[in-house]
Amino acid sequence: MSSAAIRVTNLSKCFDDVVAVNDISFNVGRGGITALLGGNGAGKTTTISMLLGLLLPSSGEIEILGEDMIGARHRVLSRMNFGSPYVDLPKRLTVRENLTVFAGLYGLKAPRQRIEALSGELALDAFLDRPTGQLSAGQKTRVSLAKALINEPELLLLDEPTASLDPDTADWVRTYLQQYTERCGATILLASHNMAEVERLCADVLMMKTGRIVDKGAPDELIRKYGRRDLEEVFLHIARSDTDRPLREGNTAQ
Amino acid sequence: MTGSPNIYPDTALSFRRIGAMGMRYVFLLRSSWTRIVELAYWPLMQMIMWGFMTEFLRKSDSQVLQAAGVLIAAVLLWDVMFRSNIGVAVSFLEEMWSRNLAQLFASPLRPYEWALSLLFISLVRTVIGVIPAALLAIPLYHYSIFEMGLPLLAFFTSLMLFGGAVGLMVSGIVLRYGMGAESLAWVGIFLVAPITGIYYPVSVLPDWLQPVAWALPSTHVFEGMREVLATGAFRTDLFVNAMLLNAIYMAIGLAVFLYIFHIARVKGLLVQTGE
Repeated sequence: MSSAAIRVTNLSKCFDDVVAVNDISFNVGRGGITALLGGNGAGKTTTISMLLGLLLPSSGEIEILGEDMIGARHRVLSRMNFGSPYVDLPKRLTVRENLTVFAGLYGLKAPRQRIEALSGELALDAFLDRPTGQLSAGQKTRVSLAKALINEPELLLLDEPTASLDPDTADWVRTYLQQYTERCGATILLASHNMAEVERLCADVLMMKTGRIVDKGAPDELIRKYGRRDLEEVFLHIARSDTDRPLREGNTAQ
Repeated sequence: MTGSPNIYPDTALSFRRIGAMGMRYVFLLRSSWTRIVELAYWPLMQMIMWGFMTEFLRKSDSQVLQAAGVLIAAVLLWDVMFRSNIGVAVSFLEEMWSRNLAQLFASPLRPYEWALSLLFISLVRTVIGVIPAALLAIPLYHYSIFEMGLPLLAFFTSLMLFGGAVGLMVSGIVLRYGMGAESLAWVGIFLVAPITGIYYPVSVLPDWLQPVAWALPSTHVFEGMREVLATGAFRTDLFVNAMLLNAIYMAIGLAVFLYIFHIARVKGLLVQTGE
C-alpha cells in the first residue's frame, strides 16, 4: 500500500489554449494537514477538482489512498470528502435532510447515529431542522463541515474552510480540524488565503503560481529560506516575483 | 486503512444511493406546497378546457368525436408524457440552480444512478400532477379514464418512458450548454407534439411526415388509445412497437446523458454549474 495519501505525477490540465495546471508532481503523506497556496488563478481549484475526480486531467497521474483516481475513482470516493463555502447545499432542505441524503450517498450503515454524533460535535442541534438557506455564515460553515465529515473521511479536501467567518468561529473551525486529524489520523489538504491559518495548522505547504508548483516545504523552512518574517510575506514575494519555474527536486511535501 | 467499517462496501449500482437521491427530490418537493400545487395546476386546467370542448362538440352533433372522452383521454395522456419529461428536466435543473453538482459527484454517486433517480422522481411528480385531473374529470364530465383498465397502465408506462428519455436528452444538453439552454426543459417535448397524433389520427398528417410520426413511441400509444375508446380493443402490436421504440429512445437518452456527463468532466462544467 502506498504510504502517500496523495501522489500526483506530471499532472496537467488545459482548457483549449489556457494551461490551468502545468505538469505538477507532489506527494502528500498520510496524517496531518498540508496547504495548497497560490493567488487567484494559480490553479488550486483546478488541482483540487482533479483530485476529487470532478475534472479529468489532460495528462498525468493521480493516486489517492493507493488507488488510481483517474481510472478507478469510485473505489476511493467513499473514503474521502471535501468542503467549500463556495459550493452550496440545497437551501430549502433542512440541515438534517441534507445530511441524511449525503449519509445515503456515502453508504453509511447508521446514518442517524452519525448525524447525531456530528450534531453534538459541531453544535448543530439548535438548527438541525431548519432550512439550510436560513442559516448564518458561521452555521453554514459548520453544516458544510458536517457534510464533509459525514463518512469519517481518511482524506479531506477543503477549499478556504474559514472564508468569511468571524475570528471566533474561524478559530473554532481550525481547532476542530486539528483535533480531527489527531483523533482519526486523517489527512487534510486545504486551499487557503489566510497565511496565519496555514502557519498554525499546516505541517507542509505547496506553493502554486500560474499552474505550477514553485516551492514547497514546512512553513518555518519557507520563511527562513526567503528571509521573511512570516508566511504572508513569503506568499507576497512569490506572487510578485517573476519566478514561475516548477520545483523539480524532491517531489515530496512530507 | 481500507475504508470505514461504518460504511457499506461500494458497488457499481447502489439502490441505496438511488434511494438517497430520490429522497432528496421528495424533500425538495415537500418543502414547497406551491410547487406541489403547480404540478397539478396545468393538468387540471387542460382537462377542464378540453372537457368543455368535448361537451360543445357533443351538443353540436359533431361527427368529429367518434368516441366519448377521446379528447379528455388524449389531454391526460399527453400530460403524462409532458410531466414525465419535465419531471426529469426540472429535478435536474434543481441541482444546477443550487450549484450542487460538485457536492454530489465528489461522492460515490454514479451518473447513471443519478439518471435513475431522476426517472423515479419524474414518476412521483407525474402521478401527483395527473391523478387529480383524472379524478376531477369523473364528476365534471362523467368520464373516467380509469375505465380503460389495463391498457391505461400500458399507455402510462410507455409515455412515462418516452417522456423520461427526452428529459434525459434535454438535461444533457442543458448540462453541456449551461443555463442559457434552460428553457429547453419546458419546450423540448413540444417538438413532437404536432406530429405524434395526440388529438387527431396520424392519417391526417401529410404522407411524407407519417413515417416520422410512426418513429415515435407516443404515436403508437395515442393511436392505441383511440382504438380502445372507439372499439374497446387493445392493439398489442401498437403496444409492442411503442415499447421497442421506447427501449431505443431510452438507450439514446441515457447514452447522450452519460456522454455529456463525461464532456462535463473534461470541461470542468460540474464545478461551474449555476454560473
